Amino acid sequence: MHTFLGVDFNTWWFLVFGAVISGYAILDGFDLGAGALHLFLNKENSRRIALNAIGPIWDGNEVWLVIGGGALFAGFPVAYAAIFAAFYIPFMVFLIGLIWRGVAIEFRSKEPMLWWRKTWDIVYCAASVIISLSLGLMLGNVVQGLPLNNQHEFTGDWLFFFNPFSILVAITTLALFMMHGAIFLTMKTENRLYVKMHLLSNNFTIFFVVSFVITTLYTLLYIPHLSDFFKANPGYFIIPLLMTLCIANIPRQIKRGKYRYAFISSSVTIALLLIMVALEVFPYLLYSPHDPANSITVYNGASSPQTVKILLIIALIGTPLAATYTSFVFWTFKGKVKLDEMSY
Amino acid sequence: MDVEILARIQFAFTIAFHYIYPPLSIGLGLILVIMEGLYLKTGNRIYEQAVRFWIRIFALIFGIGVATGIIMEFEFGTNWATYSKYVGDIFGSALAAEGIFAFALESGFLGILIFGWKRVSPRVHFFSTIMVFLGSLFSAVWIVVANSWQQTPAGYRIVGEGLNARAEITDFWAMVFNPSSVDRLLHVWIGAILAGAFLVISVNAWYIVHKKHLEIARPSFKIALAVATVFSLLQLFIGHRSADGVSKYQPAKLAAMEGHYDSSSRADMYLFGYVNARNEKTSGLKIPGGLSFLVHGDFNAPIRGLRSFKPDERPSQVNSVFQFYHLMVIIGSSMIVLTLFASWCWWRGKLFDKRWLMWVFAYSVLLPQIANQAGWFTAEMGRQPWVVYGMLKTSDALSKIVTANQIIFSLILFTLVYIVLFALFLFLLNRKIQHGPVDYGSKEHIDLGTRRDNPILEHDPDGIYIRKKL
Ligand code: HDD
Ligand code: HEM
Ligand code: HEM
Repeated sequence: MHTFLGVDFNTWWFLVFGAVISGYAILDGFDLGAGALHLFLNKENSRRIALNAIGPIWDGNEVWLVIGGGALFAGFPVAYAAIFAAFYIPFMVFLIGLIWRGVAIEFRSKEPMLWWRKTWDIVYCAASVIISLSLGLMLGNVVQGLPLNNQHEFTGDWLFFFNPFSILVAITTLALFMMHGAIFLTMKTENRLYVKMHLLSNNFTIFFVVSFVITTLYTLLYIPHLSDFFKANPGYFIIPLLMTLCIANIPRQIKRGKYRYAFISSSVTIALLLIMVALEVFPYLLYSPHDPANSITVYNGASSPQTVKILLIIALIGTPLAATYTSFVFWTFKGKVKLDEMSY
Repeated sequence: MDVEILARIQFAFTIAFHYIYPPLSIGLGLILVIMEGLYLKTGNRIYEQAVRFWIRIFALIFGIGVATGIIMEFEFGTNWATYSKYVGDIFGSALAAEGIFAFALESGFLGILIFGWKRVSPRVHFFSTIMVFLGSLFSAVWIVVANSWQQTPAGYRIVGEGLNARAEITDFWAMVFNPSSVDRLLHVWIGAILAGAFLVISVNAWYIVHKKHLEIARPSFKIALAVATVFSLLQLFIGHRSADGVSKYQPAKLAAMEGHYDSSSRADMYLFGYVNARNEKTSGLKIPGGLSFLVHGDFNAPIRGLRSFKPDERPSQVNSVFQFYHLMVIIGSSMIVLTLFASWCWWRGKLFDKRWLMWVFAYSVLLPQIANQAGWFTAEMGRQPWVVYGMLKTSDALSKIVTANQIIFSLILFTLVYIVLFALFLFLLNRKIQHGPVDYGSKEHIDLGTRRDNPILEHDPDGIYIRKKL
């Protein structure tokens, strides 16, 4: 087995994949969240400002999903095949949601009629909610595990996905994104809209904390194997601890008017959450609770060592490039939203 | 219907729909670079207005291209799970490279292209335009490489057997530069540039016919015509190279493209015709021995015919492959005639005098679109029954656990969504074209139409816009 810094290549690729997914959750998380709370804004102008806050960047954020899909396909084709064939129906719903969301953002401001704009506002909001929920639902099921046969194929049907744990994860994901999105909008707005966003971010923070606590309690009571890792390695309890501090930091920073720190805190919260998930599931990509021998791991589900090596090289060249121009674009559009003639 | 047919229909339908938009983006990207470059060089406001106008259209096209592309990426996993496992090693790296090198570049700078006019200097804006164009060019690279590998596999070995067999990379660069990738990539690029150039030609021809925005329409038309002329000619040349490659590496496809059955005889080239696959006869208007001449330089050289392939290793839809191929070539040739004739008129200084010519050009946007689709249908249907040529049959590539009902469900869903999407796209495109390029800098040009495009500008940066209550 090839290793680098004492860690084997497959694990490295797992880390890269995890980083891409975290990047996706942090970046697209705030614009999905902004979409999910869109209908809380009542005035036409507020809605426009909210849309233009994400306008120049949401598409770039979504690219991380595409990269994540590619990373999974490339590094772990067995898991890619199993997961997307299993999640056929929820995934199609998710994809249709993505289509309508993109279209709604693009089309909404192209016509002046009030009914036109209201319709697209609803589509935009509903699609964002559906996307967040279905992402959470799929995440929940992956974390909990699916029944697999010896060809690593899913043996249940799609009603299986609606189990209590996954539904809780879905709601928590939505809450997380709404909190994250509200903080982002607070950072980007002024005057009356700012005051409103300020209020909303506090409410959504509470929403998130409540659903997160319920999900955690449920996990500890009913799916004990998911906390095995932390019981075996108590040192890692620092991670949930850090996360609690981060969450507590959010309202504090908002009160002090330091939205950028608040936004960083919620971004770190997302990253820490996903790190916890990764620690719990590793080395499984898709766990099969009834028959663990059929599970897909980062070893039996991976591409050849040669490919994984090529992938790591691609990531090494590509990630700094992508990070550079992403930062450049974010930097260009920093500060409060100003509408001009090219705005949505 | 069985799962295989349904999955194939679904894939063909969704990718064909996706492929309406990316070629337009790639081609428009080139035109944007040229126009904005001219603006920076000459300082002529005409070019600036043209660029701004086309960027708005670009944004619309791009949006739908992205939305439909994301579907494609995951469809490999949902419908073709066995195939994904089989080729994941090779295919995945291309897809991952595409995401990180191409899409991130394109989508990142797109924000600046559309929203950045006031935020960055003209030079940085021009730089972003170039980056978006490069990004869209790169988007085509990796996916076409992956597809070309399916057509002419190289640089791999097979490990495992039966259900667990899969291809592994042995030589990355041999995989990337497999025998068909360079020719096919060039062919796809040029097809895309033609799609964009003819869109610009069409819209401006329409303005010229209706005597609207003439001061912008005429120079824009000329720019696009120049691009279209050059690339139409190039396309013939590259298309010929592609056909040459097919004759070497995919003889069954070549035989299907010309409906050639008998291995012992010379092969004819048809201008148009019909293949009767039942009694293995092809009839139509032909150049006797034409195909033999193109491939071997000799009118009488024999070419391997379809009969020499086992029935289950020939393309099943020979007539369709034949028709799609001939449609593409006919359109390609007529584009050459059309653009050369127009360039000749331009040279004589009479380009805009012929109303009928402008009317022809107003509809010419359909030509490259149809040729692009026909080309892919030729390449993909001609590859059947193989998913990976000579290695993996399409019927073995499916997801085993996906049922016909699931595919029907998603197929109906996609059909409905895409119909609505396409209608909305045409509606908005039409609105934008009717609206036309407008001078955003001066007061005089702000007519009702402009405000309609942007009706509720309450933030009023330069005092140009009148506030309008909804
Ligand atoms: C890298 C992969 C790739 C790329 C870039 C394309 N295709 Fe493809 N295509 C496939 C990979 C593929 C496939 C997954 O391999 C399919 C599915 C079933 C099959 O036999 O091949 C296929 C099938 C397929 C079929 C059905 C053929 C049949 O069943 O007889 C059509 C009509 C197309 N494609 C059309 C297109 C178009 C219009 C494309 C332009 C963008 C395109 N393909 C790009
Ligand atoms: C099955 C094959 C294909 C897959 C899986 C695929 C995947 C995708 C994805 C995921 C996106 C969205 C990227 C984003 O979020 O920015 C996209 C957009 C795009 N694709 Fe495809 N694609 C395929 C075929 C092609 C082909 C053959 C071309 C070549 C010309 C192409 C060119 C583009 C371009 C230029 C874009 C940017 C959007 C646009 O310009 O409209 N794609 N594709
Ligand atoms: C003028 C003469 C042309 C010739 C001789 C020609 C030849 C070919 C051949 C042989 C193929 C199949 C390649 C393969 O299966 O590997 C092909 C595919 C294709 N053609 Fe053409 N072509 C011509 C014109 C055009 C034009 C004008 C367009 C578009 C504007 C076009 C777009 C395409 C596309 C998109 C494909 C599928 C991608 C590929 O396989 O390369 N072609 N062409």
